[in-house]
Formats: sequence, C-alpha cells, structure tokens
Amino acid sequence: METIRPDELADLQLKRLKWSLHQAQKVGLYQRKLKEAGISPDEIRTLDDVEKLPFTYKKELQAGYPFGLFATPLKEIVRIHTTSGTTGKPTVVGYTRQDLENWSELIARNMTMIGLCEDDIFQNAVNYGLFTGGLGFHYGAEKIGMTVIPSATGNTRRQIEMIEDFGVTAIHCTPSYALHLAEVAESMGKTLDTLKTGIFGAEPWSESMRNELERRLGVKAYDSYGLSEMYGPGVAFECPERDGLHIWHDCYLVEIIDPETGERLAPGERGELVITPLVKNALPLIRYRTGDVTRLMDDGCACGRGQKIERITGRSDDMLVIRGINVFPSQIEHVLRALPEVGEQFIVYIDRVKHLDEMNIEVEMSRAGFSGELQDLARMQKKISGELHNALGLRTAVKLVEPGTLPRFEGKAKRVIDRRGAI
Amino acid sequence: MEKSYIVKQISIFSENRPGRLAAIAGALRDAGINIFAFSIAEADGFGVVRALVDRPEDAHRRLTDLGFRVSFTDVIGVKMRDEPGGLSDIASILGDAGINIEYAYAYSGKDAAVLILRVDQAEDAVRQILGHGGELLKASLFR
Repeated sequence: METIRPDELADLQLKRLKWSLHQAQKVGLYQRKLKEAGISPDEIRTLDDVEKLPFTYKKELQAGYPFGLFATPLKEIVRIHTTSGTTGKPTVVGYTRQDLENWSELIARNMTMIGLCEDDIFQNAVNYGLFTGGLGFHYGAEKIGMTVIPSATGNTRRQIEMIEDFGVTAIHCTPSYALHLAEVAESMGKTLDTLKTGIFGAEPWSESMRNELERRLGVKAYDSYGLSEMYGPGVAFECPERDGLHIWHDCYLVEIIDPETGERLAPGERGELVITPLVKNALPLIRYRTGDVTRLMDDGCACGRGQKIERITGRSDDMLVIRGINVFPSQIEHVLRALPEVGEQFIVYIDRVKHLDEMNIEVEMSRAGFSGELQDLARMQKKISGELHNALGLRTAVKLVEPGTLPRFEGKAKRVIDRRGAI
Repeated sequence: MEKSYIVKQISIFSENRPGRLAAIAGALRDAGINIFAFSIAEADGFGVVRALVDRPEDAHRRLTDLGFRVSFTDVIGVKMRDEPGGLSDIASILGDAGINIEYAYAYSGKDAAVLILRVDQAEDAVRQILGHGGELLKASLFR
C-alpha cells in the first residue's frame, strides 16, 4: 500500500470516497449540507469532483456534541475519544471495531517505516486517557509485536529508571516532555544508551529542537502528525529521510486550499490542509478544515513512498493578507531562524500607510552578527530583507535592534502586531 | 614590528535613540575605564559607537556582559602636530602610498593631537608613517 502505483491509488481513493460519502449520508448534518450545496453523492464521479462538496468546520463538530455526527449506532461504537475542548465544547470522536483496526494499522505502518520491529522495547510516555496519542500508539505498537510499556506521563525519574532497567529502544512523547526527560536524565547522570528512536508529536517543534533532542537523548527524532478528528496520530509521519511527512493517501484524501477563498492551491503552494477521510466508519467527514498550514511537496521521496506534506508550519487562523499576498507568520519565522545574523527575538509590525500595507520587522542582532563595521550592518539588513522577499514575495523594511530590547513572552509568543485598522 | 602599532578600537552596536550613548559611557565609567577618543557613525535607525579606551579587553567584556554587541577593530593612532598642516602631512603620506582611509577621528591630548585611522592596509600604513619620520601610538599603551 505504501508504494501503490498512482493509477491504482486513484482508483482506490475514488472507490473509498464514494463509500465515505455514502457513510456521511447517514448523518443529519451531511444530509442538510449536501442538500444546501445542491449535490448528491452520485454526482461525484472523479476525485476532482470533491471540490463541489462543502467544507466541514470544527465548530460543526462541536455543535453536534455529543453523538450528533456518528454514522453508526452506539452499539457498534467500541470507543470514544475527545479533544481537549479548550475552544468550547470538546469534539467527540467515536470508533467502531473496524476504525480501531484501521487506526492501529496506520500506526503500525508508520512505526515499521522507521525501522521499528518486534525486537524493540517501546515506552509510550503520553497521556493515556481521552487523548488519542496514548491508546493510538499503544495498539499500533502491539500490532507490530513490540514490547510496549504504557508508562503514560509524570514521575520523570521513574520514567528514566524504566528506560534504563528495561532497555527501552524507542520512546513516544511530546517534544517538550522529551526535553524535560533529557534534563532530568542528565541531572541523574544517566546516558540512556539503549534509546535509539524518538517519536515526537502533538505540538509543533523546530529543526533546532530536533538537533537538540537528538544530541541530548541520543535518538533519531521523527515527526508524527495527526488529529483526533482523523482517528488521532498516524495520519502522516516522517520516513528515515526526514524531509517532509508521508501522508497516507489510501486513507486520507488531501487538498491544500487558500483559507480565505477556499480555492484549491497548486502543488507546492502553502495553505490550509483539508482532509476527507476515506475509511472512517463512525465519524465520516467531508473536506474537513484542519486549520493546519502545510504544502504538498513536489519532489518524490528517496524511499519510494507516496507524496509528502511539509512539516506543519502554523495555523491558518494566523494567516495575514499583506498587499493581497497570503503570509503565514511561520514563514517569516522560518526565514529569520535560518539566518545566523538574527538573534533570539523579532517582531513584525504591519501598518497601512496611504492605503498601502507596510511590513516592518525589528530584529535583534545575534552575537555572531556584529563585525563592528557600519557597512556590514547595512549589508546585513539588506540580506535579511532580501531573504524575506524571496520567501514571501513582499518588500519588507528590516530594522536591527540591540539584543534584549524586544519583549520576551511567557508561553505563546506574539510576534506579529497588525496595526492596520478596519478598512 | 608594524603590529606593535596596531591598536584595538572597540566598536559597539547602538540603536539610534536617546540614552544609548549614556548607557555605554556609564558602563565604562563604572568599570573605571578611560575613553581617549570616540566617534559615532550612524545609518538608518542605528549606529556604531567607536572608542579608543585604555583597557579595551575589559571594556569588551564589560559591555558584552551588559548585553551590548561589541567587537574589536584594528586601527592606528598617529600623532600629529597641533598646528596648521598637521593633518595634511599624514593624509598626504597615506594618499601618496595609495592607502585608503575608511574613517578617521581625532583627539587633542596632553602632548600632541592624535589622529585615529581605520585604513585598508594597516601594516603598510604603519611602515609609511614611520618611514616618513611620523610617530604612532604603541599598542602596549592599551591593555
């Protein structure tokens, strides 16, 4: 399935899409939505016809709380997970026995892809409750035949003892918890020599964090992507190339859209990931707006598997429209972080001057960046705005500032300040 | 031998806003570091404060600890007659030798005026000035 021929994949996707739409027709919300859109599932004859279908939004799932969107009777549903519900009612996800089988299969596929097998000892150091990461990985790892330690979270010293005493070879946790583990292990004087694979997900993490985790834990670190609405983790995963994530096209029909207009974007363009799951029984969804920003990667992968998506670079809610061009703050961050001249902090100001959008970026200079010569500073400013222009297609004014002068943030940083008033 | 006349200027990145020079000068005062001469070069929104101080290493460490971006720049200090023609003598020597002056500033000290020069070929400049009977500040003055 991982290296299925493109034409066979398209046939399979279409067959499964038709089945999924049939499944969705059992849900009141979709009966209404398809009627309003004036389309019947029979009119979907090609994969491109999916564009005629309406989107599904998270708030619609919340409105269906608790079981309003289930396509199967409760007696066929064998498990419930929910999202945290930080933005209103939690989203409730139901699973039939077949759903759990599909999901475990995907997790098993991902873990096999990165070389894990029945010889591995796997510590699953994530929350084991309603959060999908715990049981999802647990069943996938058991399916492969790995020795699974359901350590869950907390008691970090005990976690470290288990890694050492049980000879754990692979661990799954959030990247921030992994960093904490590394710190505590160092303070205990433990080197965790058996550990070789780290699977990290559920929160965004950068390449520099990857380097740090690999150095301090002695693992090869892999990015895992998923969302509860699509079962949970396992939707997309890095292969050993670790250049983008393989998203499983036999189970998920992928589109990238402009979050403002809803138009589908060309391969390679960055936008919001929209997924129509193809094998979900209990909670079928049509064109679900994930809110995650990525792009479909054009170049094939050396491993021979299917088309990848770029690592998630942000949330579509954060998108800015500047002089008609869509800009994601994560793109700016990506450019600046790659430049050695740029220090820890930066702030982006967006203003409207004489009906034109202006983007001004204040950048703290790094220690390495200062040669002492004025012309080098001017050159540096030019280089930074040049790199931004290449990446964004926008002219920006870059101002170098002294280190330590920009505000620091506890928790989520607010690096973009839009000072444009309402039009 | 030319090297013994190449002195370390400290260059400090500074935003162009009130109080920045005061912060730099205050830090040097607190460390008991004497400033022989300084200048400010400014561009769009920021500048570089250049200073010749008695203890450049200490000044570098002190300012870096306070979070300033500081670097050393090689310059030479040429003594000049504090009377008409003093600057002309030195500039002519360098000009005739094809040595380019990138920037310069000066101070009038107890025994002579001193011209601080950033040139493209520092060792050549030292040779030319000594060869024409000029006098230079020794690097050993600065520790």
